[in-house]
Amino acid sequence: MLLQRFLIRLLTMAITLFGVAVVVFVVIRVAPGDPIAMMLPPGATDADIARLRALYGLDKTIVQQFFIWLSGVIRGDFGTSISLRQDVLGLVFNRLPATLELAITALLMAVAIGGTAAILGARERGTAVEAGIDIASGTALSIPDFLWGLVLILLFGVLIPVFDISGRVSPQLDLPFVTQFYLFESILRLRFDLTWDLLKHMLMPAVALALPLAAIIAQLLKQSLKEVLDLDYVVLARVKGFSETQVILREALKNAALPTLTLVGVQFTFLIGGTVIVERLFSYEGLGNMAIDAVINRDLPLIQGIVLVFALLFVLINLTVDMMYALLNPRLRHG
Amino acid sequence: MSAACLDIRNLSAVLANGQRVLRSVSLAVQPGEVRALVGESGAGKTMIGKAVLGVLPSSVHIVEGEMLLEGEDLGRLQPKARRTLIGARTALIPQDPLTALNPSRRIGPQMTDRLVRILGWSGQRADARIRQLLDEVQIRDPDRVLRSYPHELSGGMRQRVLIAAAFAAEPRLIVADEPTTALDVTVQKQILRLIAQLQREHGTAILFVTHDLGVVAKISQKVSVLYAGKVVEEADTAALFAAPQHAYTRALIAATPRYTDPLASLKPVDEAVLAGLAAEIAAAEQAWRPPHG
Repeated sequence: MLLQRFLIRLLTMAITLFGVAVVVFVVIRVAPGDPIAMMLPPGATDADIARLRALYGLDKTIVQQFFIWLSGVIRGDFGTSISLRQDVLGLVFNRLPATLELAITALLMAVAIGGTAAILGARERGTAVEAGIDIASGTALSIPDFLWGLVLILLFGVLIPVFDISGRVSPQLDLPFVTQFYLFESILRLRFDLTWDLLKHMLMPAVALALPLAAIIAQLLKQSLKEVLDLDYVVLARVKGFSETQVILREALKNAALPTLTLVGVQFTFLIGGTVIVERLFSYEGLGNMAIDAVINRDLPLIQGIVLVFALLFVLINLTVDMMYALLNPRLRHG
Repeated sequence: MSAACLDIRNLSAVLANGQRVLRSVSLAVQPGEVRALVGESGAGKTMIGKAVLGVLPSSVHIVEGEMLLEGEDLGRLQPKARRTLIGARTALIPQDPLTALNPSRRIGPQMTDRLVRILGWSGQRADARIRQLLDEVQIRDPDRVLRSYPHELSGGMRQRVLIAAAFAAEPRLIVADEPTTALDVTVQKQILRLIAQLQREHGTAILFVTHDLGVVAKISQKVSVLYAGKVVEEADTAALFAAPQHAYTRALIAATPRYTDPLASLKPVDEAVLAGLAAEIAAAEQAWRPPHG
């Protein structure tokens, strides 16, 4: 039963990814802009252009190109970047950890900030505290992540320069890392000096990405908590002698979290989408920043590789959310 | 004379718009006694139970009166002290067993959490106690029940679980809020018998909220009849049925269906009685001035 459900999910994932591959492949070839024209210096002959075109396989029909690319992808060969002249898979995996660390840090921040605000707002429902939380989350939500990025750069990069506004890590530092998960590895190696330097670079983009999501969590979770707090089993817990905070944490939170969890799953994919611009803003060396370069350079294989990896991430996030949902809801587990 | 288990004196509560929902209610529950609180829906009987347990909805405010739990004035205690006192000395048997258990927690921890976390018992002692109570409510497979989630048990089973949990900490007072209303008729009788039996064995005082005079006759020694937030009559249960004093009480008794002749006895409360009640309430309202202007 469980295995069957898992296999169905796996098949759905494969179909989704294939769909994404087709769409991105077609769209970037239909869109104007010629990578070959951008690679050659002005005055190149038609023969030069044709030769280069043939070298990258761009002289074949779009259908042929697609299946050549797809058979490569299945074998783990995503082709060669036109602008960087390196293996696409290597490039992507080199940059992906930076983006994952940024996105996950932002997600944790959003859950921590939004969750705390929701619990506080639910506990102090009907008071000025709740009103303050509503106003703050309304503000956080109505400003998009890249604008938050600019605000933060002005505040904490320029006016009160406590954080670094550019890059992932100070360039003069000697990095002992063997993986690209710098933050994670610096903690494991107990090199907290490096952790701090990484955080000083990461905090502002992470906060920029986290604030809108934190606001969504605060509003939705607070609403769900308030609904649950009127239910009979919560009243019974109060009669047992539990404080309002205990009641919220022990009785209400888990049941109220389900709708929020679903939404956070969807919103997390938006957050990852947001890394593209925010990474650019902070010159953070992640996948999103590379995606913008790839698009500017019409680097077709690299765009395809990056988009496919993003799509894979989204699909995996959805799978994780579904599994967590089942874990939190005992009625689903037995169903 | 020993203090009453619960002594409510002159309790009034209002809604945000100033409308009085409890009108100078006074009633006492002596130790080990079952007092029924009977009235139509909306009469405020559940509200009294909630006021005692400190779980009134935020829209209802107590404006005057006292509630003494074993001589301790609940209104004078700090919130934390009041909460702990209520948790230690009272319990609630709720109306609807389907919604009164947390759907995402197993039965076991839901039954023991008060014993362990409020009363400070060891987990072992709490577990042994709960099993003993489950036996008393005639649950024969405690292991399975304690491991279950609420949705895996029937309504009757859940109400047994809630009754067992209510008696587990040996509270002095239990508020039973229409504990049989949400159940099937066949299960109602068993549950009622079970509550009566446990009440006798444990000597617990119960404030038994119900709209059902049949239930009142079976379980209580004393009755307060409530109409529109006002106690219109109180008496020993036997005396009330033998010689009801108030016209409304007489009408209520007359309106109770009898199994022998269900249709003949089903008559609504007389218009004249209701008019009399309305006048009585209006007079009380005229005389009443909310404290502090």
